Amino acid sequence: MDVRKRNRVTVSGRDSGPVVMLAHGFGCDQNLWRLVAPVLEERFQVVCFDHVGAGQSDVSAWSAKRYSTLDGYVQDVIEICQELDLGPVTFVGHSVSSMVGVLVAAREPKLFDRLVLLTPSPSYIDDGDYRGGFSEQDIGELLESLDSNYLGWSATMAPVIMGNPERPELGEELTNSFCRMDPEIARVFARVTFLSDNRADLAEVSVPTLIAESARDTLAPREVGAFVHEQIPGSELVTLDATGHCPQLSAPEETAEAIIAFVQGA
Amino acid sequence: MSPSWEEPDGCWAVGDRDQEQLPFSALLEDSAEDLYENAPCGYLSTLLDGRIAKVNQTLLQWLGYRREELVGRKQFSDLLTIGGKLYHETHFSPLLQMQGGISGIALELRTADGSRLPVLVTSTVKQDSDGQPLLIRTTLLDARDRRTYERELLRARQEADLERERLQRLATTLQRTLIPPALEPVPGLEVAAQYHFASPDEVGGDFYDLFPLAPGRWGFFMGDVRGKGAGAAVVTSLARYTLRAAAVSDPVPVTVLANLNSALNREFQEDEPRFCTVIFGLLTLDGEDMGFHVVLAGGGHPPAVLLRADGSADYLPTPGGQLVGVVPDAQFTTAAVELGPGDTLLLYTDGLTEARTPDPGGRYGDEALLEFARGLAPTSAPGAVEALNELLDSFGEGLDDDTALLAMGVPRAEHEDGEETGAERR
Repeated sequence: MDVRKRNRVTVSGRDSGPVVMLAHGFGCDQNLWRLVAPVLEERFQVVCFDHVGAGQSDVSAWSAKRYSTLDGYVQDVIEICQELDLGPVTFVGHSVSSMVGVLVAAREPKLFDRLVLLTPSPSYIDDGDYRGGFSEQDIGELLESLDSNYLGWSATMAPVIMGNPERPELGEELTNSFCRMDPEIARVFARVTFLSDNRADLAEVSVPTLIAESARDTLAPREVGAFVHEQIPGSELVTLDATGHCPQLSAPEETAEAIIAFVQGA
Repeated sequence: MSPSWEEPDGCWAVGDRDQEQLPFSALLEDSAEDLYENAPCGYLSTLLDGRIAKVNQTLLQWLGYRREELVGRKQFSDLLTIGGKLYHETHFSPLLQMQGGISGIALELRTADGSRLPVLVTSTVKQDSDGQPLLIRTTLLDARDRRTYERELLRARQEADLERERLQRLATTLQRTLIPPALEPVPGLEVAAQYHFASPDEVGGDFYDLFPLAPGRWGFFMGDVRGKGAGAAVVTSLARYTLRAAAVSDPVPVTVLANLNSALNREFQEDEPRFCTVIFGLLTLDGEDMGFHVVLAGGGHPPAVLLRADGSADYLPTPGGQLVGVVPDAQFTTAAVELGPGDTLLLYTDGLTEARTPDPGGRYGDEALLEFARGLAPTSAPGAVEALNELLDSFGEGLDDDTALLAMGVPRAEHEDGEETGAERR
């Protein structure tokens, strides 16, 4: 098993600098870091990768069994860290990958120096006093939209749905390719992303942790950021002046600054 | 009037243009605002933070909202279903920011009365004079009909997948009826057989059997019908029961093949000719030395291999035997051999010798098989089939035709209890 090939691991930036590992969430691939990575590369060694099934990862390595819980992704991050052997890293996990980071930190704390959780949500579903952003009522619709395997995919998934990936004229080859994913893989990943409940795992994190939330995020509202901050002992919380769930695209400078300040211990 | 409206189709003659221009131009000038408001698609402009800045009448009608309920109050993603909202945040919005535009995305709007409206959404980022993103322009097309077609397409594809599975199951089941579920045990003889399927979708044309004829006497055969699929299965089935029936009435091997030849010629006279290659054999127990007397008749089939107790191995040629079912008076040839303790007789189909090797255009071939058999002898029936299974597996993709194996061997002298039973593996 070639871990670097499986996860299309890329290493860039300063050889001698602290190591920052960037993990994308559900939706696109490591291209999501393209506005942030160049800023970080001036100071740090930057490791990017694609989750198996996303981007240019080795899709043949994907199996529903391994990746139907976050454990498969956790195992992958541990294997990438061990393969690269770069010493403890600062792990920056976006969205669902922030919870992957939390689980790795709990299981193998020596792999991480620091942990940055970008727009984290330990659970998207309201539960008692906890406000995840989606009500019980929403869940039926959520599950249906995941199972119907249908929503939104038309343009991004056309070549796959048509079963003719070798005939790009049936779908634009380059447009939207950063976010292209086999519908079956996307369905399983979406389930893991939106149905996992990792609230209880937060307290297990012992490495220094920064929570970077977006000021206006419909998926991970600010109450959720506050909850994560409260649950992880000694964590820091910054609110980026950003809109949406992907501040690394909508506010790349601020996002990079927050990571740099945290890594340099300022 | 903008020239761009008439230039692309260029269908206006110069003379006509002056006369047509006035009323046409008046119409268009009148409609600039109207075209926006009542276009046959929804228009939406949002600020970079997603808040709705402008919306046209068509979209308001679709949604059942008043303008003041949306502008400045709601975000685009508020108009989407939950699934749509998730898709918007995780795919749509990042792509729009990375590419500056995104087109033809299927989403569903949640209207004021709670119903859903499928739409196709296209968005572009409008930039100011400095190239900084200013706002997002979005066009929404009613996709109810298209969604219906797509559902139909998806359903048709799922049905096709199910049909393919059903066909594979059918082919596999049919195949199982063409080879014996278990071979009849022959006291004093070890038997092993194997069928390698090249494709799960099609019924292959290889067949074999071993069956009792009288006390101390058994018939066996190995054959290969040309072609695949249902047509081949019909011939295979006919060949199998004809061989068994013919052997009961007259077990002399050349006579059995002659009878099969007649049957095939009679049945498929009118149609496209159907034929097969067969080796038919008669086993007679030779009580004195715990062995068997074997008579073989060949009809165009690859020769059997005898792997002897002394470590030698040779083909048992049945030369000149013609294909069965081609001509009415086909000639078949006979070979006879004694099968003693430690000897193994191997029958196979040409999937084995025709398997492609890594050399360009290379086939495994008769010589290589003989070499392989010589390396293997002495062996037993299960040993021979096991070794050949490994050989077949080693061909990988090179094994492109079905291959059947049937091995019969007399155990060495220490097995004197006569309780050896046929061992068959699938």
